[in-house]
Amino acid sequence: MSLDLSPLDRELLNGGHGGAAAFAMGLLARFAEAVGASRFIDIEAAHVDGCLYLGRASLDFVLRMTELDGKVRVPTTLNVGSVDLIHPELFRGRTEDAENGAKLMRAHVALGCAPTFTCAPYQSVHRPRFGAQVAWGESNAIVFANSVIGARTNRYGDFIDLCCAMTGRAPAYGLHLTENRAARALVEVDSPPDGWDPEQVAVAVGHLIGRRCGGLVAAIDGLPRETSEDDLKALGAAAASSGATALFHVVGLTPEAPDLETACAGLAPSLRLHLTADDLRQAARSLSTVSDGAPLGAVSLGTPHFSLAEFARLMPLIEGPRPLTDIFINCSRATLGELHQRGWEDKLRAARVTLVVDTCVYIGALMRVEAGAVMTNSGKCAYYAPANLGAEVAYGSLAECVASARAGKIVRL
Amino acid sequence: MSRRAFGAATLIPGVAAGAPLLLDEPLSFWGGLDPVLGAIIDRRHPQRGLNVAGRVLMMPAGRGSSGGSAILAEALRLGKGPAGILMLERDAIVVVGAMVAAELYGRACPVALASERDWRALAAAARLAVRAGPDGATIGLELHGPDARRAGRNLRR
Repeated sequence: MSLDLSPLDRELLNGGHGGAAAFAMGLLARFAEAVGASRFIDIEAAHVDGCLYLGRASLDFVLRMTELDGKVRVPTTLNVGSVDLIHPELFRGRTEDAENGAKLMRAHVALGCAPTFTCAPYQSVHRPRFGAQVAWGESNAIVFANSVIGARTNRYGDFIDLCCAMTGRAPAYGLHLTENRAARALVEVDSPPDGWDPEQVAVAVGHLIGRRCGGLVAAIDGLPRETSEDDLKALGAAAASSGATALFHVVGLTPEAPDLETACAGLAPSLRLHLTADDLRQAARSLSTVSDGAPLGAVSLGTPHFSLAEFARLMPLIEGPRPLTDIFINCSRATLGELHQRGWEDKLRAARVTLVVDTCVYIGALMRVEAGAVMTNSGKCAYYAPANLGAEVAYGSLAECVASARAGKIVRL
Repeated sequence: MSRRAFGAATLIPGVAAGAPLLLDEPLSFWGGLDPVLGAIIDRRHPQRGLNVAGRVLMMPAGRGSSGGSAILAEALRLGKGPAGILMLERDAIVVVGAMVAAELYGRACPVALASERDWRALAAAARLAVRAGPDGATIGLELHGPDARRAGRNLRR
């Protein structure tokens, strides 16, 4: 397959915009061939998921860019890093990892990226417009940008998101192109189990879509009417953990799905999934590795980063007796500032809440779990925590998480 | 011993050989692979505990978090990554991880797109030799007599 390079692409490739841009464009050109793209498009913004220190390779890559004096060519936000630069004392891992983690975060800032360090930039620091072409990393952010906002990005992984930022270009393939955004799977959701809140429905549906629809674009019909933006965020995060979901449509709710026919662009779905209340119950159960009543070590909220609206849901729940276990909540620096302004920070701390910014506790090395399971309202956290933290995990609603923290064991409401 | 070869498309060039390891379910490298050991650590993965190091990893499709590229690159840097990867669907996360390891460390982990009709025969081979060049890839199979029959019988459907 031959690549149709624009004059700008050639300049970038030939070093006309510096060595780092040339290095990035060289990788992008080979990447484009590998994914079957024949040309590049301009992007408006990038969200880079390279700040997590996963080993020497993460650092070596960015240091190559800084050594070549590189600068990003479009506004670029940063995903979470390995350490909380505002609260470094929270780090419990090896000093060497903390140092390398901080070095990696600062190297990205030296390239001109904004020090946002959040996995939910779309709720606090940069929300792309509908239809915007962007290059985003971080699976939950990708699925949110595509599905809830209607911006256009592929699932860019580590390294390539930065290459797009360094060049302002992205290969024209996949979800950048209108013809690939139509739903190919139809997911019909029955009435959810009694007493479930819309977030629980969203997490269970997301988990099942990831497992059963692979990377297909799904159109979901039958979500509760009260489903909020945060619920869709939870749905996408769960689906992008158990599967390769990058875009879903919710009929009547998300911007590219005013009705089912539009969501499917008139095509017949190649996969139909009918989810009963029992399917949802089973999916939720499969996210827990311990039984109800098991001792609780800690509660972890904010995967992806907790929004101000989610804090507003939490505040009334924490009124009452002081919990027996710690509650960790990940959020962005911007949201932390808002909490401070509203006077919520002190109330949260009084209720044994530890606020974590710049990173996420489920990545590890932050949360001290003495004994017992970690409980979360996040399908994504429940999915990854057993491997990442080596901990047992329980999934439950936000109210169940708080009630369990209060009881020191896993409680169902 | 008999030999056969199949054609494939090159995603990342290189030459590699090793025993095939067919993933029964897609694997997210991030959260699913320990780059220091090369072991599958996703507790929900049916092949948890198996080691990918030196194997020709057969993964029909990719899955999961976009952090997978760095984990793959790190595993390859440490010599604990797969020798090569065969896929049925293009996956950007896998391609990038392999490409960066080649660029930064000169570690070649060829990635090739095989054909679905050859997939079972590839998985049943004792050993695969992947040669992925700019004009396409070939996958050579080494089939040891009794082993090959056993492998074919045990193959998961």
